[in-house]
Amino acid sequence: MSELGKYAPLTYFQLMEVSLRELLVEKGVVSNAEVDAVAADMKSRGPERGARVVARAWTDPAYKKRLLADGTAACEELGLDVPALRLVVVENTPEVHNVIVCTLCSCYPRMLLGLPPDWYKSSNYRKRVVREPRAVLAEFGTRIPDSVTIRVHDSTADMRYMVLPMRPAGTEGWSEERLAGIVTRDSMVGVALAQAS
Amino acid sequence: MVEAKFQPGDRVKVMKAYPLGHIRTPYYIRGCSGVVERICGAFPNPEELAQMRSGLPAQPLYRVRFAQADVWPDYRGGRGDTIDVEIFQHWLDRE
Repeated sequence: MSELGKYAPLTYFQLMEVSLRELLVEKGVVSNAEVDAVAADMKSRGPERGARVVARAWTDPAYKKRLLADGTAACEELGLDVPALRLVVVENTPEVHNVIVCTLCSCYPRMLLGLPPDWYKSSNYRKRVVREPRAVLAEFGTRIPDSVTIRVHDSTADMRYMVLPMRPAGTEGWSEERLAGIVTRDSMVGVALAQAS
Repeated sequence: MVEAKFQPGDRVKVMKAYPLGHIRTPYYIRGCSGVVERICGAFPNPEELAQMRSGLPAQPLYRVRFAQADVWPDYRGGRGDTIDVEIFQHWLDRE
C-alpha cells in the first residue's frame, strides 16, 4: 500500500489470497503471526545466498565438483538450508550457456535467489525463452555467439535449477567475498553473464 | 516406488496424450523424442496429489534432453541447442 493512501481495487488473485488467508485464520489453521513470519522470511532471502555458492565454486575446484554432482548437499555444506529443494546446478563454459525457466508456473530456486522477479513469472518470458532463447537473451543484453550451445532448462517438476556462471576475466586473486559481490541474480538464472565491474 | 525403466543415454519418446487435470508434462514437448540425461529420483505423482490422493507409489522422474531443432520446426539458433525437461516415467515410451 502506498504511503499516500492511494486507493486501488484488489485484483482477482489478491482478493482470493485475502479471502483464503482470512478463512484459514478464522478457522484456526494458521495464525496471522505465522503468516507474517513466513512472508518476512521469504522477503529476507535474496540472491546473495546463491552468490556465496558461486563464489565458493569459483575458488575451490573440489567444491565445484561436489556442487555439480549434488547441488543440495553442496549448499548444506555452506550451512545453507535448502528444504524441499532438489538443486541441480548447471555450469556455463566457453562452449555451453544455460538458462532457466518454468513454463508451467514459476518454479525458482527461492532458497538461494529469493523471490523471483516479475519477468521470470511473465507468460512472455515463459513462452518465448524455450523457443527463441537467443532472441530473449539478446533483449537482456546477452548476446551468445552461434558457436556456443544454448541449453534451456524447464523446471517442470521437483528439481530446481541454478546456473553456475563463468568467472569473468580480470578477477584473478580476488577474495571469495569480493567475487560474491559480482554474482548477480540474472547471471544465476542465465539471462546475463557475470561481469568483473 | 515404481522401478526405473530407463537409464541415462536411453532414447525415449513423450506420449502424445491430452488428459485433463494437473499435468506437469508441457504441451510443447508431447510427442517429442529425446535422450535421458539423468534420473532425478522418484516422487509422488503430481497428477494424483492434485486430486488429494497420496501419489504413491512414487514415480521415477527423469531429465530428458531434446534437440531444439526437433521440438520447433522453425527453430533458429545453433544446431546443438537443447532443451531439458523433467518428465515422469508414465509419460515416456522407449524409442
